[in-house]
Amino acid sequence: MIPWIIGTAILTIGPMAWSLYLSFTDYHLIRGGEWIGLDNYTAVFNDPMFYRAVRVTLLYVVLAVPVKLVASLAVAMLLSQRRRGMSFYRAAFYMPSLIAMSVGVALIWKALFANGGVQDRFMGVFGWDGGGFLGNPSVSILMLVLLAVWSFGAPMVIFLAGLMQVPQELYEAADVDGAGKWHKFVRITLPMLSPVIFFNVLMETVGAFQVFGSAYIIGGESGSPAWSTLFYTVRIYTLAFTDFRMGYASAYAWLLVLAVGLVTAVMFRAAKRLVFYAGEDK
Amino acid sequence: MTVQTESGRTLVRNRRPASDRAKDALWHVTMLAVLAVVLYPLLWVVTASLKGNRDIITDTALWPATITWEHFANAFDGLAGIPLWQFFWNSFAIAGLSVIGVVISCSMTAYALGRLRFPGRAAMLGIVIATLLLPSQVMLIPQYLIFSELELTNTYVPLVIGKFLALDSFFVFLYIQFIRGIPRELDQAATLDGAGHFRVFFSILLPLLRPAVVTSSIFTFIWSWNDFLGPLIYLYDMEKFPIPRLLQSYSNSEGVSNYGGMMAMTLLSLVPVVLFFLVFQKFLIRGIATSGVKG
Repeated sequence: MIPWIIGTAILTIGPMAWSLYLSFTDYHLIRGGEWIGLDNYTAVFNDPMFYRAVRVTLLYVVLAVPVKLVASLAVAMLLSQRRRGMSFYRAAFYMPSLIAMSVGVALIWKALFANGGVQDRFMGVFGWDGGGFLGNPSVSILMLVLLAVWSFGAPMVIFLAGLMQVPQELYEAADVDGAGKWHKFVRITLPMLSPVIFFNVLMETVGAFQVFGSAYIIGGESGSPAWSTLFYTVRIYTLAFTDFRMGYASAYAWLLVLAVGLVTAVMFRAAKRLVFYAGEDK
Repeated sequence: MTVQTESGRTLVRNRRPASDRAKDALWHVTMLAVLAVVLYPLLWVVTASLKGNRDIITDTALWPATITWEHFANAFDGLAGIPLWQFFWNSFAIAGLSVIGVVISCSMTAYALGRLRFPGRAAMLGIVIATLLLPSQVMLIPQYLIFSELELTNTYVPLVIGKFLALDSFFVFLYIQFIRGIPRELDQAATLDGAGHFRVFFSILLPLLRPAVVTSSIFTFIWSWNDFLGPLIYLYDMEKFPIPRLLQSYSNSEGVSNYGGMMAMTLLSLVPVVLFFLVFQKFLIRGIATSGVKG
C-alpha cells in the first residue's frame, strides 16, 4: 500500500518542483528554453493582462463567496425549521451545484444572458436596449457570480448538517432567558456553527480562485467582453496551451499558488480566534 | 382563532393552532418560490429545446407554442458524422475508469494513512490535506509535458491515471474520515487471528466502508462527467471527445445557426448527472455532509 503513497507524492511534488523550475526559464513547448532567472516574474508584473486577470478573479472571489454562503446559510436555516418536506427541498436545492460548473450550464447561461438572449429580449419588451448582461463589460462578471450563487446547494447541505447538530437545549435555555431571534442567531447559532462556516469559507474561496470551465465557455480566451471575464486560470491556460509559453505560464501559476496559500494561511490564523469548538475551552 | 386538530395529517404534535398551519403554508410557499427561481434555467432549457429554431428567438413565453422533437433527432446525429452515442460512450468510459481508480486507490491510501503506523505518516497526511487546497493549475503544465514526452496525449491515460494514483485528496480524506469511525478493535482482532494487511483491508474494512465507496463513486462519476479542462488539453481527435468537449466544439461550429439543436444537446448532456443524482441523492447528501461536519 505504501507504493501508492510514494506514487502520489512523486506525481504531486515532482510536477510542483518542475513547474517552479520552469517559472525561472523561458520554456516554450516547441522551441524549448533556458534559465532566465526572475525575468518571468518581472514580466508578469509589467503585463497589463495580469492586472486585468487579478482584478476579475479577486472581484469574483470577493463577491461570489460571501453572497453564495449567506444565501446557503439563509436557506439552510429556513429548511431546518420544518421537518416535513425538508429532504425534498434539500435535494432540489442541492441539484444545481452538481452541474453548475459544467459546459452545458455555461451554455445555458450564455443563452439566458448574452446579447439577444432571454433576458435581453424579455427586458426589450419593456423598452430595454442595453443588450444582454453578458455583453456588457461592467456587469458580465456579475452573471458569473450569479452562476456561482446558483450552486449554493453544496454549502447549504453542509450548513444544514451542522445546524442539525446544534443542541436544542441551548435554544430552550435562551427562550427561558427571553432571548430574541436575532440574539439566539448571533449568540448560539453562529458560534456553534463556526467550524462548519470555516470549512465552507475555506473550500469556497479556494474553489473560487480556480474557476475555469464556465469562465472559458462564457468569455473565451480573451475574457470577452473587454477582458471583463478574463479569469486568472483562463489566462494561465491561454499562455500555456495556446501561446505555448510554458515558462511564463508557470510563473503565473506559482503566483496563484502563493496567493491562495497566503489567503488560506490568513484564514487559518483568523479561525484560531474566531472558530469555536464545543467542549473545548480556550 | 380556533384550535384545529385535523385528522390524519398532523401527527402527535400538541398545540397546533391555526397560526402554526399558516406558518407552515407560508414556509412552503417561500420554499417553492425559491425553488422556482433556482430551477428556472433548467426548466427553460427543457422548453427551449422543444421550440422551433425561429420560435426560440421570437417567442419569449416559457411554454412553447408548438412542440418539435427535431432538435433531439438532430442532436443524436452528433457532429462531423460521429453519432452522439459515441460521445456518450466516451464520457462513460472515462467516468467508469475514474470510478474504479478512485475506489481502489483512495481507499487503500486512506487505510495506510488512517490505520498503519510508519515513519513520515503525519507528513504524508499533511500533504494530502495541503493538496486539497492546492490550485491544480500549478501541476497542469509539468503533467502535460510528462504525458506528451510519454506520447500519451490524445489518449485517456492522462485523464484517469491520477485517479489510480490516489491523487484525489478529497476522496482520500473522505475515506480517512470513515475509517476513523470504524472501531480499531475489529482489525486488531483480525490481526491477532493472523490476517495480513490485505486481509484486514479487504475482509474487514472494505465492507464497512461501503457508504464511502458509494459516495466517492457517485462524486467521481459526476465530476469526471463534467470535467472540461482535462479533455480540452489532452484530446485532439473528435471521435475521442467526451460530452463537455463535444458541446464546446458544437457551440463554436453550429451553435449560432442551430440554436435549438445546441439546447437539446446541452439538455442531453445534463441528463445522466441528473438521473444519477435522483437515484443516489440520499448517499450523496449524506456524503457531502460528513465531509464538512465531523462525526
